[in-house]
Amino acid sequence: MTTTELVPLVEMRDIRVAFGGVHAVDGCTVDLYRGEVVGLVGGNGAGKSTLMRALSGAHPPDSGEIRIDGQPVSITNPRDAKTLAIETIYQTLALADNVDAPSNVFLGREVTTRLGSLDDSAMESATRTVMGRLNPNFTAFKTQVKSLSGGQRQAVAIARAVYFNAKILIMDEPTAALGPAETAQVRALIRQLKSEGIGIFLVSHDIHDVFDLADRISVMYHGQIVGTVNKDEVTIDQVLGMIILGKRPEEVTQKELAKLHG
Amino acid sequence: MTEASGITGAAIRGPSGRSPRSLLRSIEIDTRLLGMIGALAIIWIGFNIMSGGLFLTARNLWNLSVQSSSIAIMATGMVLVIVSRNIDLSVGSLLGFLGYTMAMVQAIWIPTALGLGFYQPYTWVVALLVGVLLGAALGGFQGFIVAYGGVPSFIVTLGGFLVWRGLIFQYAQGQTIAPMDSTYALLGGGPIGSLGDVGSWVVGALACAGIVYSVIGSRRRRQRYGFPVRPTWALVTVIVAGSAAVLGAVWIANNYFWPPALATQYALDHGITEPPGGLQIPVGIAYPVLLMIAVAIVMTIIATRRRFGRYAYAIGGNPEAAELGGINVRRTIMLTFALLGSLVAISAAIQTARLNGAVTNLGVQNELDVISAAVIGGTSFSGGIGTIPGAVLGAVVMQSLRSGMVLLRVDSPTQDIVVGIVLVTAVGLDTFVRRRATR
Repeated sequence: MTTTELVPLVEMRDIRVAFGGVHAVDGCTVDLYRGEVVGLVGGNGAGKSTLMRALSGAHPPDSGEIRIDGQPVSITNPRDAKTLAIETIYQTLALADNVDAPSNVFLGREVTTRLGSLDDSAMESATRTVMGRLNPNFTAFKTQVKSLSGGQRQAVAIARAVYFNAKILIMDEPTAALGPAETAQVRALIRQLKSEGIGIFLVSHDIHDVFDLADRISVMYHGQIVGTVNKDEVTIDQVLGMIILGKRPEEVTQKELAKLHG
Repeated sequence: MTEASGITGAAIRGPSGRSPRSLLRSIEIDTRLLGMIGALAIIWIGFNIMSGGLFLTARNLWNLSVQSSSIAIMATGMVLVIVSRNIDLSVGSLLGFLGYTMAMVQAIWIPTALGLGFYQPYTWVVALLVGVLLGAALGGFQGFIVAYGGVPSFIVTLGGFLVWRGLIFQYAQGQTIAPMDSTYALLGGGPIGSLGDVGSWVVGALACAGIVYSVIGSRRRRQRYGFPVRPTWALVTVIVAGSAAVLGAVWIANNYFWPPALATQYALDHGITEPPGGLQIPVGIAYPVLLMIAVAIVMTIIATRRRFGRYAYAIGGNPEAAELGGINVRRTIMLTFALLGSLVAISAAIQTARLNGAVTNLGVQNELDVISAAVIGGTSFSGGIGTIPGAVLGAVVMQSLRSGMVLLRVDSPTQDIVVGIVLVTAVGLDTFVRRRATR
């Protein structure tokens, strides 16, 4: 664990995002250190994805401050985030279904020749290399991604995020569409990226996934952070209590706890 | 065990199998495009039989090529607009407006208003440049309202459809602006506005060299990375078939000769004694057709080999993904409209040059022909699908139907009925085939 470092890789302070009158994210503060995995958990509509979309530039926050390496930054669109080496794997994967895997991996960051033409061969070659690491069985480099399987599509989305030397990785439900073998592959990948010093926000419904991979866990409830805990200091039940009741473990009464287990 | 070995056998046979489908796959030719060429062949042969051999003549095919060029040029731009999930209903009116402006530039503004006189060597360049820039600006303005203003393109361009046409009537007062500059008028084709036989053969040879260069170039690039390449026989097939098509087209254009009266005039002007049976001067490829081919090549490069084209397709496939991927979606959409606007100007030049003047109903209903050409050419309104060569072929199919029915003396309302039915049938078939292919 590297939380002893003085300056966090990412600090999001008092972030607010409202849709109409609904405060989807209501004053959230989270941080992330180098080589750390922070799990972001909460029920449906707790605001996990919205908070992460503020960091990825997909939906800029209404107010609040984001610092990268201690420097305040302004992220108003996905291009800004990518410039800051923030890569995102969206729950929806965000793939252009009608183009092939290399085009998706390099979408928005195409390799071009000196004359500015797309260098499809170079992109295919690079994609073959990165896919060889992620999913060695992947061979459909010329196929529209809409005809690929869920696992293959996921691999394309992951390849896109890891190829460009991300410093910060946001993974929104990265294993939701995957079978057991593929899930194990993604878990191994997360551990590897973590060992390379990348900071990872892991958004997940699967509390076991989070407990397996995260160093710290931030729990969200109705747009607010209930608390951030070190994984080693809590039990799964305590975190579940935070998710369902929206209270820190020490605030939960015996009665509520009994109800939870009843 | 036997089952396992059976699967292995199939896997080994697969790539080298000689079924028609695997043959096509190794040539790497778009099967949809081949299907369209087949449909076109059926239409041509059908009309030829029904008209008693009037359709497949050098003269008719040459006319067909000239008549298709204006719609085909605009259709290549319409592809990128429709691919990125928009539509432009204003092209017909915009064509009229731009045609009028270019006519005014050469017939009034340069010679009279600026007092520079008629038939200056630069007149046609200035007129064309004004048209192309104005077309890009007006198209881009509509695109700006669509992309940044969030108004649906159907509405914006429906507005443009009314506004540009209205403006023509307002500032032309119903007048026809004529004649055009003599060099500019060559853009319209006709015997004089054509390359002649030598020029046509040179262009044909260059085109063949271009085919060889691009086919071998793309093979080299793939080999450099050690990717599988198509077999040599497929490579040769593509080169031979492509070159044969090019040279065949040149041969047909060179077998259409100047009309006798024009040839006689030419002989008189140049002091040539006419041989018995008259002077036979080959017409060759018409300038508007040359322009169309150039536009189709440039647009194909833009659509398949440039970032802008890739983005247009990605936006059509999934707009949200394109945005999240860091693509500037709004700018890309605005530019598709600007690009179409400048292509409309080129078509407007061809049409005004052909008429040798600008009339108030210039370009009426062109938007429907252009959209039909793109759609018959395989462009899908659901976005992300469509090719430039397909749109050009679509324009030729549309024009073939029209011109064939004219040869058969089919009246205009019946023509519209047939074209309407063909349009819906073609798209229906395409959707059916596509759906089956994805299963």
